[in-house]
Amino acid sequence: MSILQTRDLAIGYHGQALGTVINLAIHPGEVVSLLGPNGSGKTTLFRTLLGVLPPVSGQVLAGGRSLQQWPQRKLANLLGYVPQAHTGLFAFTVEDVVLMGRTARLKRFGAPSARDRHIAQAMLERMGAGHLAKRRFTEISGGQRQLALIARALAQEVSLLIMDEPTASLDFGNQLKTLDAIEQLRNEGLSVLISTHQPEHALTISDRIALIRDGELKAIGPAQETVTPASLATLYDVAEHMVAGCFSNAF
Amino acid sequence: MRMKPADRRFHWSFLILFLMVVVIAALAIGQYTLAPSAVLKALLAPAIALPDTSSDAGIVIWNLRLPRIAAGLLVGAALAAAGTAYQGMFRNPLVSPDILGVSAGAGLGASLAILLGLSLPFVQGLAFAGGLIAVGTVYWVSGLVRRHDPILVLVLSGVAVGTLFGAGISLIKVLADPSVQLPSITFWLLGGLNGASREDLMLALPLVLAGLVPMILLRWHVNLLALADEEAAALGVDVHKLRRILIVAATLMTAAAVSIAGIVGWVGLVIPHVARLIAGSEFSRLLPTSILLGAGFLVIADTLARSVASIELPLGILTALVGAPAFIWLLARTGRSG
Repeated sequence: MSILQTRDLAIGYHGQALGTVINLAIHPGEVVSLLGPNGSGKTTLFRTLLGVLPPVSGQVLAGGRSLQQWPQRKLANLLGYVPQAHTGLFAFTVEDVVLMGRTARLKRFGAPSARDRHIAQAMLERMGAGHLAKRRFTEISGGQRQLALIARALAQEVSLLIMDEPTASLDFGNQLKTLDAIEQLRNEGLSVLISTHQPEHALTISDRIALIRDGELKAIGPAQETVTPASLATLYDVAEHMVAGCFSNAF
Repeated sequence: MRMKPADRRFHWSFLILFLMVVVIAALAIGQYTLAPSAVLKALLAPAIALPDTSSDAGIVIWNLRLPRIAAGLLVGAALAAAGTAYQGMFRNPLVSPDILGVSAGAGLGASLAILLGLSLPFVQGLAFAGGLIAVGTVYWVSGLVRRHDPILVLVLSGVAVGTLFGAGISLIKVLADPSVQLPSITFWLLGGLNGASREDLMLALPLVLAGLVPMILLRWHVNLLALADEEAAALGVDVHKLRRILIVAATLMTAAAVSIAGIVGWVGLVIPHVARLIAGSEFSRLLPTSILLGAGFLVIADTLARSVASIELPLGILTALVGAPAFIWLLARTGRSG
């Protein structure tokens, strides 16, 4: 049984489909990476999978039901979204940002309780960021913000995390920490769908990798089989020897 | 920064003390100056007997100053709460009832009602309708203009719509009877509490409370509107519905304030920022802080308006004197950090 599944899904805006239909399923406890050039439709696909953008045609199914039939609150107990680290406009504390992950678990007119605060703190600590709780979200580093946003999605207690380029704009150390965190989450049984521009990251953490271009799913399969110099060369419009050279030179 | 429980107690007791000092000072200060002891004596009199309206002090306090101060507290609280909600829901620190054109819209509705010689409930009703039309138009227009800085677009749309409604107000002034209606419209548009009667207050209070209730119930959820829409949606919030509820609530409060005090600018812009500096951005702490500060600020401004000169100054002029420089400071500050 998959957590999230697309059935003949066409993505796009204003009824204009991008590419052809996508059939994709995310299973419990697996990490799936999405590789594709800029403008390939990764963000559009994510927005559709989150139920924020309606499909042009086809369906996204969660628990056998179309996303469009899910109440927003219920869906938030199943799917968590980790956006690229942003600064935000108002100076919330890191604790408040993580507590926002508890919103769908609160009563309709409620506010976070002591128990919610406890969960938020525990999730921050799980990401190794417990000491940041009282800091302002606007004043911590990009890497710390990314960890806090993952902690927020964890506080949501979801089954699937959808992460939009979690390592983009992070320094080398923070990239490794984030990747490590993702592997830990997988080991704890969570499913993760991430988009990335770095094939080597995808290879490190993924069970399966999907290649997407022009709104079309070009390939999906076990990580090592799907990402090859040949497939990357086609995906990114570069010569195969350039890709091969890049990979063999690494270490 | 999250406050420790002890800090929090200090925070609230400080704000309430501030408000009490302001009210007692406002009761004492004026053309007929009273000693604070006389104020307290007159205030405590009803605990012993009926309000003492036989002495001069009793009459000044119970019949003149107290209703006016209550109106000031209500208007200041309403404008500050509305401004706090608008800033939160539009993810925009530079908006307020006046910048979004809500005040002008409400002003147009209310002037129209005055022109037609309608009674206060109709003035309030038309003020609310005008305010809602204004903010609805601003929201709609700013949605049409994409690919620009959304903060700027919202502010500029508000300026444009505000100007349009301002033109409507000018038209009503031209049409108004110059001997009776025009002075009342003009003075009322400058903003002031001198016309606020006890009856006005009783009509405005339920509207302000009606606007406040959804803000209190949704005190946590409002925070999530500070995020990108899809981020908030992924956290389980129906963003559009929440924003619509808050727009109606904040506009109701603004219209109630406008219908008893005219257009008092700047309070809804500046007070939420000061409150944010004190209490942080989390709405359930920010809203009450903003309300207490707004109420206190307006009573201070109104006390100055009726006591600094031998004639009474329009309240809107005084709040502008404080608000405009504060706004420029905010603009400079936002530009640097953003």
